Amino acid sequence: MASLIELANPARFMRLSNVLLPWVAGIAVLLLLVGFYLAWFVAPADYQQGETIRIMYLHVPAAWLAMMFYSMMACSALGVLIWRHPLADVAQQAAAPIGAAFALICLLTGSFWGKPMWGTYWVWDARLTSMLVLFLLYLGVIALRRAIDEPSRAGRAVAILTLVGSVNIPIIKFSVDWWSTLHQPASVLRLSGPTIHTSMLWPLLILAVGFTLAALWLHAVAMQAELLRRRVRTLKILEAERLDRLSLQAAE
Amino acid sequence: MRRAFFAVLRRDLALAARAGGGGELALVFFLTMVVLVPFALGPDLNLLSRIGPAILWLGALLSTLIGLDRLFQADEEDGSLELMRASPLPLELSVFAKGLAHWLTTGLPLALAAPLLGLLVALPAEAILPLVASLIVGTPALSFIGASAAALTASLRRGGLILPVIVAPLTVPVLIFGVSAVDAARGGPLPAGTPLLILGAITLSAIVVGSIAAAAALRQSE
Repeated sequence: MASLIELANPARFMRLSNVLLPWVAGIAVLLLLVGFYLAWFVAPADYQQGETIRIMYLHVPAAWLAMMFYSMMACSALGVLIWRHPLADVAQQAAAPIGAAFALICLLTGSFWGKPMWGTYWVWDARLTSMLVLFLLYLGVIALRRAIDEPSRAGRAVAILTLVGSVNIPIIKFSVDWWSTLHQPASVLRLSGPTIHTSMLWPLLILAVGFTLAALWLHAVAMQAELLRRRVRTLKILEAERLDRLSLQAAE
Repeated sequence: MRRAFFAVLRRDLALAARAGGGGELALVFFLTMVVLVPFALGPDLNLLSRIGPAILWLGALLSTLIGLDRLFQADEEDGSLELMRASPLPLELSVFAKGLAHWLTTGLPLALAAPLLGLLVALPAEAILPLVASLIVGTPALSFIGASAAALTASLRRGGLILPVIVAPLTVPVLIFGVSAVDAARGGPLPAGTPLLILGAITLSAIVVGSIAAAAALRQSE
């Protein structure tokens, strides 16, 4: 735990991420290239769904990542509220747009797949609807962040909203499941082992890891940018105060 | 402690009764909403009767949310929120008292007015009682989920529109079980009590989570 807190030092984070980021980016690109090659050229078309099955290789990782980034935001929210750690706030701020983007990708690719397969771009089915609600939660978090000017107060408000949302997500999921169900049940993460054939499972897993690394890379770069932005903001405030003092001295 | 709790409750009820702008405005908004729907859908009574519970629930949801941004803002402006923070009564209980007062002046009147508005959308007689019951059981959840968002936006100058944006996704379960409680009573596949019980569970947990989250938010903005 002590090492984790040491890592949370912004300067140390900058140093470490500068070393790690090129490697993460390289591995991510490699995995994505291999994964997309397998998914497009090697993996067979589905006997029922035909070529549209290839949409799944983007759709499923996006869905996983949309959920993973909300969990990451909830963990960072705990860091903000309990330890009041600035880096946790930066992490949660950087995660929101990325998670929202993956939720949107998941919804869009899903509807592109749904048009030929189900005959419609959108159905009010349980899993689609929960993802849409998750997307709306992301938008609410981003909107609240933008509405509060002062970063540290915005961070704590967003943290509370994120935690309230994460308490609600299982309830929303359960109630939406009750409300309607048409989507196929989960087929990879099951206790009895995956029901998807290995020729399709491998590209999917490789792409999932690749997308996760790419998303983490984006997240770290966004965090770096935000740290620098905040540093510039502090420097500007300090400079303004210094000029203020100078003009006061000149007046005397 | 109990006296302080009832003092906050009484104060908010008195403010709502005398200052105006709270509960009765929500009722008028509710009426306007329900009257507007047939103009959009057409005067087909069969259709209106079928989707009546949904219209009334949606109206109740929107009229609850519409005034919520003022729940803590007025107190933040005139300084009474400072007194609540400083009082020995835990802030969570103050929030609970304020949320309860909000429900007594908004949610409860909406539920009691629902039978009258049900006539406008040709709601069958056997659905009226379940509708009132589901509104009474479900609207406290709206007040308290909204209270946490109202606390988050209490010190914002442009908080008006952001509150519904934040709250709307969180109210999905209330809407689902509220409407399905009425539908079940009208001869759906489920026993009528089940959705109502789940709605009650959602309300109870919303009261706890909402009070704690709102108090945390109010402490942060010091």
